[in-house]
Amino acid sequence: MKFIDEYRDPKLARSLVAEIHKTVTRPAVLMEICGGQTHTLMRYGIDELLPQQVEMVHGPGCPVCVTPLEIIDKAVAIASMPGVILVSYGDMLRVPGSESDLFHVKAAGGDVRIVYSPMDALRIARQQPERRVVFFAVGFETTAPANAMAVWQAKREGLRNFSILVSHVLVPPAIRLLLGLPGNRVQGFIAPGHVCTVMGYTEYEELAAEFHVPFVVGGFEPLDLLEAILMLVRQLEEGRATVENQYARSVTRLGNEPARRRMREVFEAAHRKWRGIGEIPLSGYRLRPEYAAFDAEQIFGVETRQVEEPAECISSRVLQGLAKPVDCPAFGTRCTPESPLGAPMVSSEGACAAYYQYRRHADVVMP
Amino acid sequence: MTLSCPLPLAAKDRILLGHGSGGKLSAELLRDVFLPAFRSPVLNRLDDQAVVEAGGARLAFTTDSFVVKPLFFRGGDIGSLAVYGTVNDLAMCGAEALYLSAAFILEEGFAMAALRRIAESMARAAEAAGVEIVTGDTKVVEKGSGDGVFINTAGIGLAPVGLSLSAANARPGDRILLSGTLGDHGIAILSEREGIAFETPAESDSAPLNGLVREMLAATAATAATAGIRAMRDPTRGGLASTLHEIAAQSGVGMALEEEAIPIREEVRGACELLGLDPLYVANEGKLVAIVAPEAAEAALAAMRRHPLGARASMIGTVTGAHRGMVTLKSVFGTTRLVNMLAGDQLPRIC
Repeated sequence: MKFIDEYRDPKLARSLVAEIHKTVTRPAVLMEICGGQTHTLMRYGIDELLPQQVEMVHGPGCPVCVTPLEIIDKAVAIASMPGVILVSYGDMLRVPGSESDLFHVKAAGGDVRIVYSPMDALRIARQQPERRVVFFAVGFETTAPANAMAVWQAKREGLRNFSILVSHVLVPPAIRLLLGLPGNRVQGFIAPGHVCTVMGYTEYEELAAEFHVPFVVGGFEPLDLLEAILMLVRQLEEGRATVENQYARSVTRLGNEPARRRMREVFEAAHRKWRGIGEIPLSGYRLRPEYAAFDAEQIFGVETRQVEEPAECISSRVLQGLAKPVDCPAFGTRCTPESPLGAPMVSSEGACAAYYQYRRHADVVMP
Repeated sequence: MTLSCPLPLAAKDRILLGHGSGGKLSAELLRDVFLPAFRSPVLNRLDDQAVVEAGGARLAFTTDSFVVKPLFFRGGDIGSLAVYGTVNDLAMCGAEALYLSAAFILEEGFAMAALRRIAESMARAAEAAGVEIVTGDTKVVEKGSGDGVFINTAGIGLAPVGLSLSAANARPGDRILLSGTLGDHGIAILSEREGIAFETPAESDSAPLNGLVREMLAATAATAATAGIRAMRDPTRGGLASTLHEIAAQSGVGMALEEEAIPIREEVRGACELLGLDPLYVANEGKLVAIVAPEAAEAALAAMRRHPLGARASMIGTVTGAHRGMVTLKSVFGTTRLVNMLAGDQLPRIC
């Protein structure tokens, strides 16, 4: 298949692996930030091909995983209201809030629908003016432009029955937090290719200079990741700490300016709580005041209580690279994708769920 | 435990869509509700069909309901699917389907022309599969209580004497054969449902497998006194992964697959990439997976390839004594990963 098979070629993979083995002379702890990249690493067993000195640590870039329980509770409460159609990306439906998930709301008679784009939610709102349509706007900088576009379009059309429940988070503030932690082990980052397609990578240049850590903007196919790892290892071996772009077929330094303009028009930076991490200053988006009429939180005014994560969950240590998912005593037993105790087990892009799906060993009890 | 939240959501108080997915939730429904209620040793075998003795004959008996949306799709419709589905469930124990029943739950207001089209399609499908629809039933529910039309078919056939195919028969060393490409039906349905237009649209593989099974049995009967073919299944909902998990669990063995050997059409691969789905979990309606003794594997594979429905048949892996109850896949890079059983339906990912 064109544009896929070129990036999964076993022969090319072997030569990249050999090159990494040849280059590395000292330990290197690398983090792939994006959950999509974690998924590829696990699915193809890329980390098993690497030299022992190269350790991959799995970052917080799984939008489903880091969505706080409070927001899921809000979505559940809104979806349970009469006359509401809650529209969401598929993998948000299974995520348990503190008491229920959207699948259960649907089974109890709530109107919950899966779409591939917020524009589909807009279409539903146009077709059913008597219903209130709420789109669950989750994700990083990647999904923000389309969500901004939907709100912008709704305002232009004067749609009064459309709103979004915003839970947008941003990558650079979370990386800054990780780099500033006293026990940080991560020496180099694979920056998220799709986020950078929108945002460009100037923000990562600031981080690279400030913390003297190399970044390589990486794609999502096996060869993308191997090449990005090789580029990071080379930088570390040569003592460099710059931002390089492996994913040049999609990413430019300045990103997609028209998309960012639309995002700036609709959203503004806000403090956000990350599931498994806590509140990070200015790490997300909220709707600007001039778009308040499309803000589901304001329209529905749902109160939610603060909920605590289970003490047993070691997700914050996993996300910092201090522990691997299989180090957790609850992994695969008390904590599974069907009943996750913590964020990284929630979606298949989370580190724990990726291990569970592809790497659970026979000695782990099947639930 | 001191956990306050999130409480694991036991899916026990209401039926979720995932209970119909063929994954873990479906298995729980059987285990917790139906098996304890019906207490039948035959049912407890959890094969796709029951094989029972009656009047000196070995009868194979099965039933299946069809609720597919859209009703008409590339490569088939709900009518042909309802006939082939039941014929195939019988074929998986080596039985030739003889007679079918057909029951219709119709929604008030459903177009007569569509119903006629479905009935004609069923007649053609029955003829192609060599079965007769001999009894039936019709119910009409109020508008809003159904979704156009639901069809149930049941079928009986004669199971060959001396042949016992069961998902509990797989042994370490056996070979895993797949009759053709994966995921054609599921992707055809999904593209139609979501209105996704691909340059080469996927087409459902809906087809009767009894002819293919006949060829396979004939080719392997001569190979060994012991049954060369141990088990057969048609990997419908839940796909190949769920089917192999069921066999692995029932036989107490592991399954080791080779990614390179699994045939998948380009258009299906493309759609799966785009939609974030894994073809191993996507439904098929005209494919079978056979667990075959090593000495009979070549003969069975050759027989499959001689039949038009098995032209792209492939040996996709081996049954192992290691990692019992689990399915693994060796990637093109030589690394091995686990193929998990899904809880419910496969969900498209955000990014």
